[in-house]
This record gives sequence, structure tokens and C-alpha cells, in this order.
Amino acid sequence: MSTRVSTGGRLLNKNSELAFTFNGQRLTGYEGDTLASALLANDRMLVGRSFKYHRPRGVVAAGAEEPNGLVNMGQAGRFEPNQRITTTELFEGLQAESQNHWPSLEFDVGAINSKLARFLPAGFYYKMFIHPRPFWKHIYEPFIRQSAGLGRAPKARDLDTYEHYYHFCDVLVIGGGVAGLQAARRAAKSGARVTVIEQTPHWGGRAVVDGGLVDGEPVDKFVEQIVSELETMENVTLRNRMMGAGVYDHGYVLGYEQLRDHRPDMPGPRHRLWRIRAGHIVTATGAIERPLSFAGNDVPGVMLAGALRDYLVNYGVAIGQRTVVVTNNDDAYRCAFALKEAGLDVPAIVDARMHETPPAALQRAQELGITVLEGHAIASVKGGKRVEGVALCKQEGTGDPLRDIACDAVAMSGGWSPVVHLWSHCGGKLVWDADQACFRPDVDKAPTNDSGQPFVTAAGAANGHFQLADILEDADAAARAAATAAGFTVRKSKGPQALREPEAPMAPVWLMPAQADIKLRSKAWLDYQNDVKVSDIQLAAQEGFESVEHAKRYTTLGMATDQGKLSNINGLAILSDALDRPIPQTGTTTFRPPYTPISMGAIGGEARGEVFQPLRRTPMHDWHAAHGADWEPVGHWRRPYAFVREGERVKDAVNREVLNTRRNLGLLDASTLGKIIVKGPDAPKFLDMMYTNMMSTLKPGKCRYGLMCSENGFLIDDGVVARIGDDTYLCHTTTGGAERIHQHMEEWLQTEWWDWKVYVANVTEQLAQVAVVGPNARKVLEKLGGMDLSKEALGFMEWADGTIGGFDARVYRISFSGELSYEVAVPASQGLAFWEALMAAGEEFGVMPYGTECLHIMRAEKGFIMIGDETDGTVIPQDLGLHWAISKKKEDFLGKRAQERSNMTDPKRWKLVGLETLSGAVIPDGAYAIGEGKNANGQRNVIGRVTSTYYSPTLECGIAMGLVLDGPDRMGEILEFPGTEGATFKARIVDQVFYDKDGEKQNV
Amino acid sequence: MLILTCPVCGVRAEETEFHGGGEAHLKRFGPGSSEEDFQEYLFMRENPRGVHFERWRHAYGCGKWFHAARCTTTLEVFGTYPAQTLEPPKDLRAKISKKRPGWTWRSLT
Repeated sequence: MSTRVSTGGRLLNKNSELAFTFNGQRLTGYEGDTLASALLANDRMLVGRSFKYHRPRGVVAAGAEEPNGLVNMGQAGRFEPNQRITTTELFEGLQAESQNHWPSLEFDVGAINSKLARFLPAGFYYKMFIHPRPFWKHIYEPFIRQSAGLGRAPKARDLDTYEHYYHFCDVLVIGGGVAGLQAARRAAKSGARVTVIEQTPHWGGRAVVDGGLVDGEPVDKFVEQIVSELETMENVTLRNRMMGAGVYDHGYVLGYEQLRDHRPDMPGPRHRLWRIRAGHIVTATGAIERPLSFAGNDVPGVMLAGALRDYLVNYGVAIGQRTVVVTNNDDAYRCAFALKEAGLDVPAIVDARMHETPPAALQRAQELGITVLEGHAIASVKGGKRVEGVALCKQEGTGDPLRDIACDAVAMSGGWSPVVHLWSHCGGKLVWDADQACFRPDVDKAPTNDSGQPFVTAAGAANGHFQLADILEDADAAARAAATAAGFTVRKSKGPQALREPEAPMAPVWLMPAQADIKLRSKAWLDYQNDVKVSDIQLAAQEGFESVEHAKRYTTLGMATDQGKLSNINGLAILSDALDRPIPQTGTTTFRPPYTPISMGAIGGEARGEVFQPLRRTPMHDWHAAHGADWEPVGHWRRPYAFVREGERVKDAVNREVLNTRRNLGLLDASTLGKIIVKGPDAPKFLDMMYTNMMSTLKPGKCRYGLMCSENGFLIDDGVVARIGDDTYLCHTTTGGAERIHQHMEEWLQTEWWDWKVYVANVTEQLAQVAVVGPNARKVLEKLGGMDLSKEALGFMEWADGTIGGFDARVYRISFSGELSYEVAVPASQGLAFWEALMAAGEEFGVMPYGTECLHIMRAEKGFIMIGDETDGTVIPQDLGLHWAISKKKEDFLGKRAQERSNMTDPKRWKLVGLETLSGAVIPDGAYAIGEGKNANGQRNVIGRVTSTYYSPTLECGIAMGLVLDGPDRMGEILEFPGTEGATFKARIVDQVFYDKDGEKQNV
Repeated sequence: MLILTCPVCGVRAEETEFHGGGEAHLKRFGPGSSEEDFQEYLFMRENPRGVHFERWRHAYGCGKWFHAARCTTTLEVFGTYPAQTLEPPKDLRAKISKKRPGWTWRSLT
């Protein structure tokens, strides 16, 4: 059983007991515990069920690499799944629940999958569930989703807050172990601004657990001293509980700081995402121990040797009373010594190596009375929910058991892999170190910055140095390289010294025993979280998934939340062996950020709710809000969809607004329409290129409706252009198009016709614009007075400057509704006052404000197109019958050449027509018209689609426009449009102008 | 996230301030051009491993378009220069030749 022991526990405050619950059971731990150490101290070894076979799983590691210990934490608005218990600090009142089991952790019916394991090999899902096709959606997928998976997704809105933080430094050191601290101190002495970040709450990393002497002092004293020195330096920033999540182009780093996950009672943001720009980065990210692949290496109680040591030294927790150590290297001997010193039993060290001369570690073990079995291996682990013993065999062999040893814990070590993730994120390459059987950074192929210089240096264990003396030396060298690269000078001085201990070489052991039979191989786990075994990788290789990236996706090796921190190297070694090729040739899968999962909240930062994105408001916005506006988002603007009165439905309001505007008087806030000034001697020539129409011949004082196409010929925007003077135009764009079209103009002026004398300015927000629409439009403006707006003085498609009711106004006589209509622009600051003046003066003429839906219906009744409805980026003006707006006299305009391409001139292109339903109903938007026959996929041929569709209150029936094959030649024909739920709509092809075909109403 | 220097306003800034605009130095073909020339202009783009010339706009700065010479594999930026030119400046091409001997890009060497 696992228990708290009297020795050890350097991180605990035993005076402060904390209560927490696990699966509803009340337990206690100490301040300084992780959730994992507190559970283990309470003999809770079983913490979860595996992903696929639902096998019982216990804690394997003590840090970020832990694959099994994932729990649901918190409640409601503070609920969070997949929290790693080895990195979760214990706090009073913590609530955790294990995941992926039903009905309970101890008894799980899904565990039957484990008995079926030989029927669930790699690629099982791909092979099994492909036939019959309809079964996937209705039977397989729902079942698999229910039985697979990890934590539950949170449902409630997150109650916590998050923030982003921008930071700049010359040298960023990632990792606060001895290498990181020494590198930081050395670099900081050069005067460089140094930032050190450490993912755990503690400084010193593994060295303080493993011990050793630096300059004659114990290593924990060295760490204490270096941290207090760094704390006093003004050019140094120290942050713990902060992970280097990712390294990106040109020295950009994301840091993930967990501010109060360990103290939820504290105020302030929960997580902070640091966006760091560093001159140079030192990755002192340490190394991760590898498991050994033997049968039953996933039974709870089998743990990494280093982790077992961590729990003993840091938290005073003994994982077992009798621990068998199994290893291929000297480092794991430390574990046996530490256990012995704590008075715990170590029945054997199973060393896969054969030694010609006994190494120092072996001699010491024998002095301590520990049996060392050389050339031995674990054949299998006994026990289900807990280790009960191991069967031993020879490492060279197929696994014939020699003897059993009773034990309740197994400490395994397959060697150490440098954490090269951050080095690799931005293109740093790796080399295979055959002596230590690991990939380490290739110092000649570092990620490079904008000047082509390396901007990352690895240090210490992350650079493949595992001895304290080498680590300190390497840290000094890394600091020198980093500070120099950032433009500082490092003075030469002697660094701290540690003793070099003699070590016997490790031996690569990828499978235990070396020739293990299939029965053993299919119980030897590589990836605990995703349930991938040695036999799965071998099967993948056999089936042709030879690339490591393919084998990964086929077997799901390394695809879980731990991203294969424990499993990747072991997996690719097995793959290499199966393919009989060297490991470096197989290579690694791609390392991608983040290093460990980060919260969605941190990514979003402050950008949620009201501040998610800026809101643009017209000068009349608040008036609209106070008068029942039902808002519609248009770009970053909010426009009133309709002004809804008390007791009215939205659609009633829309119909009322249409009828009133057609009969009396309506006001539309048109301020959001884009307004771009184009000015200069070459402005006429420039606009001739921008628009399909001829704009150079437009007379000052006149307006013209213009179309804009991209160079591909497709319609991108439309609007009324007014010529203000010989060299000045004002171009109206769509509401959503103002910025885009302004940039489009700038692009062509700056990059193609840079010698043309033209300026463009986006003045959209300088002006408030009101469309005064309806038979009484002239009357209300005349009542306010100040300008002659008679038919004679200001004809259709003309504009004039003047004052109306004392307001400086520019009046355009243009109409998007078919009614008598004036669009009046006033300075934005006067917009609200002008609007209110119109509302007051209009009262006797039946004035009502109207919204965007009314605008849409009235334009559709008139057959006017709308960019984004009739166009979708594949429509050319010719499709919409707009030939009249395409100049035939101009030699060139944007899109002209493209519109001559064969596909554009194809007579079979769908063309715009009106559609009138036979029943008077409204056809669903986007409905397709069905033609004769079927296509190659057996689907019915389509011959058109609806682009705009509305109920017309004016005509009291449904009206629509659509693009139809040979449409204009088929007037009067009836088309069928299947709708949803079996309904079919029949519609007659008609002229798209439904209302006032001769345009008499606007021309009065 | 790339760091670029705007040659127009001189600001050295990171990618969020800029907006990429695809390949630089395209020659426009308009009405009267052959199908092949027009198709080449409209659709065919270089996608090299190595030296590349691109358009960028200082979207959240001075608003100006400029060109950048960049290595697509190492992300090294050889230099930036204003957009009002038909080809990269001589000294920049010499600099690239020094760092990437034998480079080619379309008809440039």
C-alpha cells in the first residue's frame, strides 16, 4: 500500500492539514501536496480507467508528463475536465472526480473491452465501422462517443477571468532547474534583461530531489542562494507556475501562468497568457524518464523510478512497502538507495544490463544489501488494480519465467529523454545520441530569427547532459551564447563546480524481454492514455504504416492530452525495430505547441462578452435603442432590423414599416453606408478602372450607380458615385464594404498605378446619412426648409449642397426603394439632431423609422440586387442582367479581361430572374430548382437557386429572385423548389421588377 | 510570428501589425492579352522552398504596401523595400546571393 512516511516531505507544511474530496470521499493532505501525492498518501493508487480498454490505471509520473491521473475538477461555472493530478496543487475544499468509467471507478463495465483486446487492435475502428455505411451515424458513432473519451465538456459559463500580458526581454530562460537558474544568473550579470519561467511552484527541478554537491554545498542550498540572488537583481523577472507553452517565429513565446489554480479563494484572474518577445531563448526544460515496455507495465503501482523518488523526497509518500526496481541505467539505482534510506524494502534491482566490471552504483547496492539481478527483465506484473508481484526472466529471451518476487510497487526506468519540445516548435532539429539512447538538440540546426541567426539555445538535461557537473557547465555556455546573441558581453569567470560521478553506460532496452512473445507484447503498454501497446505498433508496421506520422495516426500513439511525452520515443523505437531500420531514420513526429494543454479561457483572455470585439455605433444608435430597435449585426455595426412597437411581433413591424414608407414617409439611418472621397487630377481615370461603368464622363452635380469587380471579373461591391467637382468624387459602398473597398483602391494606387495623382480617403464615419423615403419625402424636407428640392431644381440622380432646417446638408436624390427618396448627409455630430428634427417635422406626414428588413423588401420588390445576396463571389454583373452598367467604350477596367474568359461568356451561366410562387407562399432562402434527370452522384440535377426571398406586404404574396439556367428565356415557365420537411414550392419565372415597373413613383 | 520592418515608415514590428498580400512583382495583363498570359497572371503563383518575394501591407501602421524578400524555410528576412518598383533592388539581390548562392526566383537570380 502507499502511505505517508516519517522521513522526507521537503515541500510539505505538516502543520497545515487540508481537506478535499475524491469521488465524493473526504480525504486529507498537507499544504504543499499535489493532488496526486495526497491521493497516494491515502492509498488511492487507482485514479482512472484507460481510454479504450477501461483498464484500471494509477499514477505513473510526478509531473507534466503524467498520462493517467486526469480528473474532473470543480462544479458548474468552475468545472474543468482533464486536470492533471500530478501538477494540481492541493487546496482546502478541492473537489475531484475520476473520469472515463461507468458506473464507478472500482467497478467498470467497459473493462470488458480489455477481455476483448485481441479483437480491438490498431486500426480496429477504421476497419470495423466502415460497413454498412448508414450504421456509422446512427449506431457506431453514438456508441463509441459514449464509451470512449476522457472528461466531460463543461456546460456552464466560466465564472473566472483571464488576461493577456505582453512582455519583452533580452534573454528568456524556460525552466527553473539548476541549468535554468545558473544560465539566468550568468546572463543577468551581463546586464541583459532576463526572464526565468518555471512551470512548477518550486525552483531547482530534479537536482534537489537527486542531491549532489555544488562547490561543496548541498545542491538545495545552491538553489536557495541562486534564487535569492536573482530576486535582488533589477534586470531579472522570476515567474513560477508559468509554463513555456510554445516557441514561435523570430523569438515569440507564449507563457501560460496559473495564478490561482492553487488558491481559488484569491481574487484576480485565474490564468494569464504571456505574449513574450525575447531576444534569445534558453530552453532548460530538463528531461523526462521513459517507461520500460514489459507485460503489465500499466498495473497501478508500476511507476517511473524518478517519480517514485519525487513522491518519497518531496512529499514523504512511499508508493509501496516492497519496491522492485527495474532499469537499464544507473540513475534508477538512486531510487533503490532512497527507499532503503527511508527504511523501505527493496527486494531486488532488476538490471537488464550485464556488467563486466561492477559499476559503482551496483557495488553500493550490494553494500546496502540489495539483490541486483543482472541481465534480468520483468516477464510480467501480477495483480489487477494493484501490483502484487513480478515474474522475472532473462532479458535475452522470450520470457520464460525464472522466479516470482512479491512486491507492491515497481520502479521502472528506461533512460531519460531531453524535453526538446520547445527547441523543436520553431524548426530546431534533433540528433540521435546513441550512447544515451535519446534525441537531443542538434546545436548546428537551431531555429533561426529574422537575421538568420539562432535564437534558441538548449541547456542542461534538455541538451542531453544528465550529470550535475555537465549541466552546470552547459548552462554557463548557454548563457554566454544567449547574452552574446542579444548583444551583451559576458565576462569570463569560473562557474560553480560539481563532482563528476562515475556512471556505467545505459543500454537501450525497448522491449522486455528482448524477444517477448505476442502474449507479452500485447500487454506491454507504450501509450497509457490512448491504450497503445507494443503489438499495435508492430501491427501498424506490418500493415504498411511505415512513416512515424502514419503509424501515430493509425494507432493513436501520442495523440492524447499528454501528446506522447512518455510514449513517443519507445513507440518509434519499436517501429524502427519492426521495420529493421535505425531509429534516427524513423525520426520523431512533429512537436507542436502547447507543451501541455492550456485553458481556452487563457487563449481568449479579456476578449469575451461586451469586449469581445468593438461595436460601431452610428450617431443615432442610442435613439434606435430607445425606440424598439431589433438589432442586426452588419460588420462591426449594429443596424436596426426593425423598430418593434409594444405588443408587436418583429414581422408585423417590418410589414408596417414597408406599407407606411410606400404610402407616407419612412426614415432610414443610412450612416453605415461606406463613403469614400476620391480626389486628384487622375481621379476620373482611376474610377474608370475601378468601376465597370464610365465614371469620367459623369458631370459634376450628377450621380451614377456603379459596379465594382475584382480582377477575376466577379462582382465585389456596388453603390452610387457622385461627382463633386472636376477632380473629386464621392463613392458610396455597401455597409460591409467600406474598409475593404477603401483598401482595394489603395492597393491598386500603391502597387500598380503609383504614378497616378489620386488620393482616396474613407470618410464613412465623418457623416451621418438619412434616407428620407416615401410620397411625403419632399414635403417634410420643404417644411424644414432651406433648399429648393423640387423636381426641376434637383432631378433624379442629382445631388446638391445646402442647408435643411439649419443643418449643413448634402442631398442626393437617389432611391433604393423605388419611392421618391432623398439621402441627406450631415456632419456626424449633427446626425442625431437632424434625425430628431425629421421625426418631429414628419409627424404630420405619418413618419416612421424603418430598419434593414424593410429596406431589403422594398429593394426586392423593385428587383434591385444586394451584394451578398445576389452575389457570392462567383457571380459576374452579366449574370444579373446588369449589362447596361458595363461600359463597352472603355479599353480597360478591373475584371474586363476576366469577363472575356470562356467560362464567363458561357450562355449556360445561371441568370437572374424574378420568381413568383403559385400559392403566394415564401420560398425558403437558398432553395434549389430541380431539373430533369440525375447527375453522376445520383442526385437530381439542379437548374437554379433562390438568392433573395421575402413576403411582400405591398403585393401580399411571396416574392423571390434567383439565378436560373436560361432564366430570362423561360419567362412564364414554372419551376419546382423542394423545401424542407417534404414541402415543394412551385414558382413562375417572371421579370424581377415586381413593383412599379416603369419607375414612375421615384420620378415625381 | 514574423518580425518585419516597414520600409516606408521605418517601424520594426511583428506580424500582427502587417497583412500578407501574396507574391510580389506580378505583371498585370489586361484586355487584349492572350489566354495564357492572363491565366498566368491571374492564377499561377510561385511557392518556393527558399528565397521568395512577397507583398505585405503595414495594415495597422502607415497603411502602405511594401515588398519583402524572405526565406520560406528558415524564415530569414533578407530585406524589405517599397512597392513602387518592378523588381527587387540590386543591393538586396547581392545580399541574397551572398547568403544563398545560386538562388533563383522566376527570372531573377
